[in-house]
Parts: sequence; C-alpha cells; structure tokens
Amino acid sequence: MNAAATPMIETERLGKTWPGATRPAVDGVSLRVARGTCCALIGPSGCGKTTLLRMLNRLVEPDTGAIRLDGADALRADPVRLRRGIGYVIQNVGLFPHRDVAANIATVPRLLGWKRARIEARVDAVLSLVGLDPAEYRHRNPRQLSGGQAQRVGVARALAADPPVLLMDEPFGAVDPLQRARLQVELLRLLRELGKTVVIVTHDVEEAVLLGDSVAVMRDGRLVQHAPPAALLAAPADDFVAAFLGADRLLKRLALLPAEAAIADPPPPPDTLSPGTHPPGAHPSGALPIGASLRDALAAMLERDARALPLAGGGVVTLESLFAAARAAPAAGPPDGRPASATPGMAGGAALD
Amino acid sequence: MSTLAALPGWVLDHHAAVLLALGEHVQLSLAALLAGGGAAVLLGLLGAGRPRLAEATITLAGVLRTLPSLAVLAALLPLLGVGFAPSFVALSILAVPPVLVGLVTGLRLADPAALDAAAGMGMTRTQRLFRVSLPLAAPLLLEGFRTASVQVVSGAALASFIGGGGLGDLVTAGVALLDLPRLLTGAIAIALLALLADLGLGLLARRVAP
Ligand SMILES: Nc1ncnc2c1ncn2[C@@H]1O[C@H](COP(=O)(O)OP(=O)(O)OP(=O)(O)O)[C@@H](O)[C@H]1O
Ligand SMILES: [Mg+2]
Repeated sequence: MNAAATPMIETERLGKTWPGATRPAVDGVSLRVARGTCCALIGPSGCGKTTLLRMLNRLVEPDTGAIRLDGADALRADPVRLRRGIGYVIQNVGLFPHRDVAANIATVPRLLGWKRARIEARVDAVLSLVGLDPAEYRHRNPRQLSGGQAQRVGVARALAADPPVLLMDEPFGAVDPLQRARLQVELLRLLRELGKTVVIVTHDVEEAVLLGDSVAVMRDGRLVQHAPPAALLAAPADDFVAAFLGADRLLKRLALLPAEAAIADPPPPPDTLSPGTHPPGAHPSGALPIGASLRDALAAMLERDARALPLAGGGVVTLESLFAAARAAPAAGPPDGRPASATPGMAGGAALD
Repeated sequence: MSTLAALPGWVLDHHAAVLLALGEHVQLSLAALLAGGGAAVLLGLLGAGRPRLAEATITLAGVLRTLPSLAVLAALLPLLGVGFAPSFVALSILAVPPVLVGLVTGLRLADPAALDAAAGMGMTRTQRLFRVSLPLAAPLLLEGFRTASVQVVSGAALASFIGGGGLGDLVTAGVALLDLPRLLTGAIAIALLALLADLGLGLLARRVAP
C-alpha cells in the first residue's frame, strides 16, 4: 500500500453512548481524512461534533468501532503519548492562566523533553506564524490578551511540537465577526503552508466551506454527508443537509468558484458591456481583480447593473457564462480521500515534517 | 492609662521571660501549622480527581471544626499527659479544616478548560495535578493557611492550661497574680503575632494569584 493513499485519519463505525443517555452521542461514524487536508466538521449544537473529535485523541473512549491514525490503531496506543503527537485546540481556548504565553506554548515541547534553546526558538517561530510579535507577546500573561489574541496563542500552542495532525474545536468561537474572518483567512494560509492534516469543528457553514478541503455534516450523532465544499453545496444528500446549508447555499457555492472559470467564449460583442463598465485595458480599475470569485462577479454585476464584466487578468464574464459555469462545475466529488478542490501541491506526505 | 504607659518599662525589665514565652509560642504554632496543614494538603491531594473522597474530606473538616479546642486538650490529657505534645496535637487538629477546605475548593474551582487542554496535550494525571490544578488552587490554599495560622496562634494561648508554655503563660500568670502589665504584654503579643501571620500569608496569597 502506498503511504500517500493511506488516510491520515480514519474512523470505522465509531460509536459512543454517554452513561445515562438514551441514544448514542456518536453513532457509527466512518470518516476518512486524507493526508495534508482539512476536514470541517459541522452540524447543529449537540449533534456529537466535540465527542467525535475528542475520540480521535482518546479524551473520550469510544464504545465501538476503530480509529486509525496514519494507518496505526489509535485505540491500542498509549493515550498520553498519542496526544503529544496531536495538536489540540479546545472549544474554550483553555490557556493556563498561571503561565505566560511562552510557557503556555512550550507545554508539549517540555513534555517531550526538548532542549531549552530549541523550545525558545520554537516559541518565537510559532508566535510569528500566528501573527503575534514574539518580542511583544512572549511574556504576556493570558489575562492581558484580547479574545482574538488568546485564540491565536491557542493555535500556536497546538502547533508548538509540529504535530502532523491538528484537532480544532471551534477555534474562533469567542471573537467578533471581523476578527473571526481575519483569523479564518490566516488559518487557511497557515494550513496550506504547513500541510497539516486537520479536523476543525464549527457550526458556521461559511467557515466550513472556506477552511475545509472536505466538509462532514453530522446530525444526531450520525455522519450524513462528507464531500468537498462545492460538491456539498451543489448536491446536499437530503433535506436536512440542504436546510442546514441554508437557502443561499448556491450563492455560497459561487464564492468557491474562481471568476476565471466563467470567461465567456467567444467574448460578447463590445456593445453588450453596459455603459457603467469598460473594456479591459482601457480602464483596468473597472475590471474584476485577479482572484475574485464568481460571487464577487455577480455582486459587481448587480452593483453596476451590468450583464457583463471584464476581468483584470483578461477575458469577460457574462451573466450567461456565469450561469453556465455554475452548472458545469462537478456536482459531486469523492465522499472521502483527496477532494477535487485541494491543490495538487499539497498532496502526499511530502508537505509533512 | 498609667498601666499602658508603664508597659514598655515592664517588658524591658522582663525581656528574658517575654522572649522565652514568645519563642515557645512561635515554635508551637509553627510546628502545629506545618503538621496539621501538611496532613490537610496530603488529604486534599488524595481527593483531587476523586469527587467522593473530596466530599468525605470536607465532611471530616466540618466535624473537626466543631470540636472545641479546650475539650480536645482535656481529652488528650490522659493520653499524652501535659506539656508540648498534647498542645501540639490539639493545635494541629485546629489547623486541618481551613487548609483542607481551601485546597479542596481551590482544586474544584481550577479552570476546567485549562485542565481539559492539559489532558489534550498529553499531560499525565500527576502532571495535571502538580502543573495545573495545584498552581491554580494555590491562592485559596494559602488563604486556608492564613486562616489556620490565625486560629493556631490564638489557640496556642490555651496551651498554657496544660503546661504547653507560650505567651498564654503570661496571660494566665497575669490573671492569677493580678499583674496587669504581665497580662497585657501576653495578650498584646498574641494579638500582634496573629496579625503578623494574617498579613504575611495574605500578601503571599496575593502574590501567587495568577
Ligand atoms: N462529558 C459528557 N457526559 C455526558 N454527556 C455528554 C458529555 N459530553 C457531551 N455529552 C452529550 O453528548 C451529546 C453530544 O455532545 P457534543 O458536545 O459532542 O455536541 P457538539 O456537536 O459538540 O455541540 P456544540 O456545537 O454545542 O458544541 C450531547 O447530547 C451532550 O449532552
Ligand atoms: Mg462542541
């Protein structure tokens, strides 16, 4: 078997019933997360997301089923050693209030017996990684951090020993929407850079489709659908998933598709461009910037009352070509394994260190 | 008024006796605080992560608290005779409840999110207790020691009744001899000592607060 084909995280009919509960909190969940990808776990409150996540690092012992991490039986590993190899960001950050930021981040490296100089260098490195100036924040007390800064330190602490697997339970639960959006974008960049295998719990659909290479939807302890975000939004498995994704799910999906995917071919005659817009080259400021999504394109058309828009990178998007592109995008991807949307550069274990 | 004014002179004249009583008092109090407080800490740590045992120790603390020190002293007389030993045992018992309650409460109030994160990062039970729970419980534990120290220092005055020595000797002798300066010196010294312990441990508790 080739190593890249082995999922980094694999659960098989995993189940957990809490003592005294009438039905399982997690019920026969089989989930595969490919190496170097991020799986976003969503579902309504109480559907078992946290319980499932905590079974992956054995903070909760499953009643039934199997867990394999990088092909090895996790239920037979020593839980303490297992956890030192898995980054974990808990739902409430949970920084140690009696330790400064540096000591918080150094927790796992210390448990692993790293040398002092190596720990200090690593603390500074991960602080920079999460966008905090080491000189300023190293010796801060957790009480002297804003909610967003504390979340960043929580992420830095989980990254400290450079674990190949990262589990995050609503890492941005406690910050305002603006901060949240910034943190999401930064985390996305970080995950792409580091090539970690990640399971991130959220109940925010936008966050899930932004961060996840695949999205797993849970309901009442069961996994109801696991698919790449664009495929999920295009083809929800049932009414529950459709309702959970929201009536605007197709609009959300447009945000995932690049505007370049809808370049009209052949280009429309120049007179179809409304008076509010200009051909590319003449007024490049009127063109859609590179990296814009189809949602941005649609928004711009509405704003300018135009049925066609030039792209800064060349080409023109029309309302018709936009609709065609939205239809043509693959309706369904593989339920697990490498999602179609992930960049090939991140495939395999090469990105892991 | 005149008695108060004469007090410094009296102390100077009898400084050897005063210092001896003070030394005995401090020694007895410290020994009892360490023994009783130490036992309470051991009990509290045993109960950490074992809610039922913790509950039982709290009940024990409640029972110990209701025992009048004088009654304990009297009960210990036939067992341990007179002098240092029964005083030490009675005062140690006095020190247990506040320290135990402080520690158990502190451990119970330790931030569950921090403990959860500690477990998630691969700390063993013992590491969680000593690296997270205990430091987080330290302020309340020290508050417990603070209360205990005040009780022990004032309680040590009773040791005089069974020949345990200390500043209580000055008070009892002062009463018996109707020697007001002697009585006042003993009483004021005990009060000052209790105040000092209270202030010192209070400062310490504030310093270890996270
Ligand atoms: N330690 C526990 N003991 C008993 N029952 C629990 C425990 N933890 C969770 N449960 C129960 O298991 C079910 C699933 O809880 P879980 O925390 O996994 O949900 P969740 O999807 O993470 O919810 P949320 O989005 O609100 O965080 C709930 O019914 C909850 O009451
Ligand atoms: Mg949860």
